[in-house]
Amino acid sequence: MDLFEYQGKQFFASFGIPVSAGEATDNVDEAVAIADRIGYPVVIKAQVQVGGRGKAGGVKLANDAAEAREHAVNILGLDIKGHIVKIIWIEVASDIAEEYYASFTLDRAAKKHLGMLSAEGGVEIEQVAVDNPDAIAKIWIDPVDGLTEPAARAWVEAAKLNPVATDGAVDILLKLYTAYVEGDADLAEINPLILKPTGEVHALDAKVTLDANSTFRHPEYEQYDASQVRDEREAAAHDKGLQYVGLDGSVGVIANGAGLAMSTLDVVNQVGGAAANFLDIGGGANADVMAGALEVINNDPRVKSIFINIFGGITRGEEVANGIITALGRVSIDAPIVIRLDGTNAEEGRAILAPHLNDALQMAPTMLDAARKAVELAAAR
Amino acid sequence: MSIFVDENTKVVYQGLTGSQGRYYGLLNRDYGTKVVAGTSPKKAGTDVDGIPVFATIKDAVAETGANASCIFIPAPGVRAAVMEAAEGGIEFIVCITEGVPAHDEAWFYNKLKRDFPGVQLLGPNCPGIISPGKCNIGITAGHIAKAAVPGEKNVGIVSRSGTLTYQALYELQQQGIGVTTCVGIGGDPVPGTTFIDCLKAFEADPETHAIMMIGEIGGSAEEEAADYIKSSVSKPVSSYIAGVTAPAGKKMGHAGAIVSGNTGTAKAKMEALEAAGVKVGLNPTEAGELMVEIVKGL
Repeated sequence: MDLFEYQGKQFFASFGIPVSAGEATDNVDEAVAIADRIGYPVVIKAQVQVGGRGKAGGVKLANDAAEAREHAVNILGLDIKGHIVKIIWIEVASDIAEEYYASFTLDRAAKKHLGMLSAEGGVEIEQVAVDNPDAIAKIWIDPVDGLTEPAARAWVEAAKLNPVATDGAVDILLKLYTAYVEGDADLAEINPLILKPTGEVHALDAKVTLDANSTFRHPEYEQYDASQVRDEREAAAHDKGLQYVGLDGSVGVIANGAGLAMSTLDVVNQVGGAAANFLDIGGGANADVMAGALEVINNDPRVKSIFINIFGGITRGEEVANGIITALGRVSIDAPIVIRLDGTNAEEGRAILAPHLNDALQMAPTMLDAARKAVELAAAR
Repeated sequence: MSIFVDENTKVVYQGLTGSQGRYYGLLNRDYGTKVVAGTSPKKAGTDVDGIPVFATIKDAVAETGANASCIFIPAPGVRAAVMEAAEGGIEFIVCITEGVPAHDEAWFYNKLKRDFPGVQLLGPNCPGIISPGKCNIGITAGHIAKAAVPGEKNVGIVSRSGTLTYQALYELQQQGIGVTTCVGIGGDPVPGTTFIDCLKAFEADPETHAIMMIGEIGGSAEEEAADYIKSSVSKPVSSYIAGVTAPAGKKMGHAGAIVSGNTGTAKAKMEALEAAGVKVGLNPTEAGELMVEIVKGL
């Protein structure tokens, strides 16, 4: 779950990390009222989950109410790399002496937490890693030990920040690590982390990704889930509890198991087509889940044909076949369907499907054959 | 021979009294696995179709000699369940549960390495392990796997994906090729058992003659495995990597299956494996066919 900046700042603030005072809104009048309340100058920032918003005109300084109104009008509704701005964040403008970078994430190869700190902040860290890798001080943290104060101090010294910033940076990094661990974040990033002329260290931005698997111990994360950016198809699938990712092709895909679903997209691509989606219905492939999956796919105007790819393991072929027939009885489908059914009791399953086959419901013996047929059918419509 | 488990492995099911634990525990027993116990703090003293239920792993090990465990406990209880198994004397822990927070996984992975270096954890979010004809722990359908035949050329399988593992087992069975052990390491960011752990064990197993490795996008485990194959594996390997067409930044079902920027792509993984001499198929069927060719050429 990716958080918007304003959510990330509220998340940071709850762990004691200093952030600028501010408020979010979706409305111009409200934005001016917030700015009046906070006191000028203020910064008005577009809330989108994509980089480069400053260059796109999504971050503006306002010195009075007239400017605040003008910027709010311009930024709300702005299209930044395909993301339409629906919310703006208005905060106290900060004086900046220096800009740094700080983050924690999981290093999957090392199986440890990785902290990155750099005196070169305010730019894309990926670019710093390419241009000047020595400018990033890294620390690997064993989750059992956690981050200690002496280790954080040595890390800050290794990053060669302005010595004035040392104490403030150590304090923020310890709090950021606590937020990362206790908040179950996949990523907790501050870019830029600023040093003010007064010597204080402060989080000027917040990029946070939370682990959706951790919601059982963070019921408050429901608010973040509700504000996730999803296209209409993804939102419909999410409501049905389906593992779905929207894509741009014309072959709707339903498969059981994440690996097989990914593999299905690959095979469709290999025979010259493109999938409209990734959809994993899990191991069971029962009628309810199948009907829900078909509904989501059927409502996607991109879809010209549907490829159902099922490998029966514990779930037997006849159960899968009966599930498909029941689901088709419940949902009226516009696009032609190609089914590939293999694995446990595949023969029995195919026999159940056989009397229902016609131009709109076909069967193919292998994944490749089924993909070819589905791509052909999509091209013909 | 098999790796990690064999016909003498005695398994205790953590969560045997739950619906999933009961269903798969009994299926595994029907397959021939020595399912010796279950645990449930509230149902100690009862039994599940004759399998005794104990309050703790410690009690189950003391009474039955269990040396492996299989976890079907919901995600919030997994961290405690893994540590209870290790502290209770279990040597091989299989965690089927999906949806375990990454921070918990990273924590117990490092805790086990430090305090229980002899314990092998498989999973979380994995289908389990099957040594056909000997032992099946987890949710794999036993009848789609052909047992290894002594004197013939047999294959070992290691995979990050459940259904693609079944697909591989099934295709080898259709071709009459036996499997020594099939290990599903799972699709999460911090798997307890890695490709390299399995490659090492298959390399050392005299009955395994070739290895099939099924990977997917995300992380760098396949690249690390390629390096290991190059330096330390003499047996032929065939492979398939799922997710060639996956878009960057989207989790494809598995928590660990995500392309981040330019890292974790299927293309990079396939190239690394090919450079290590691995035969890489463009789809699961092709990887199966490549394995059939390899076995026939041995």
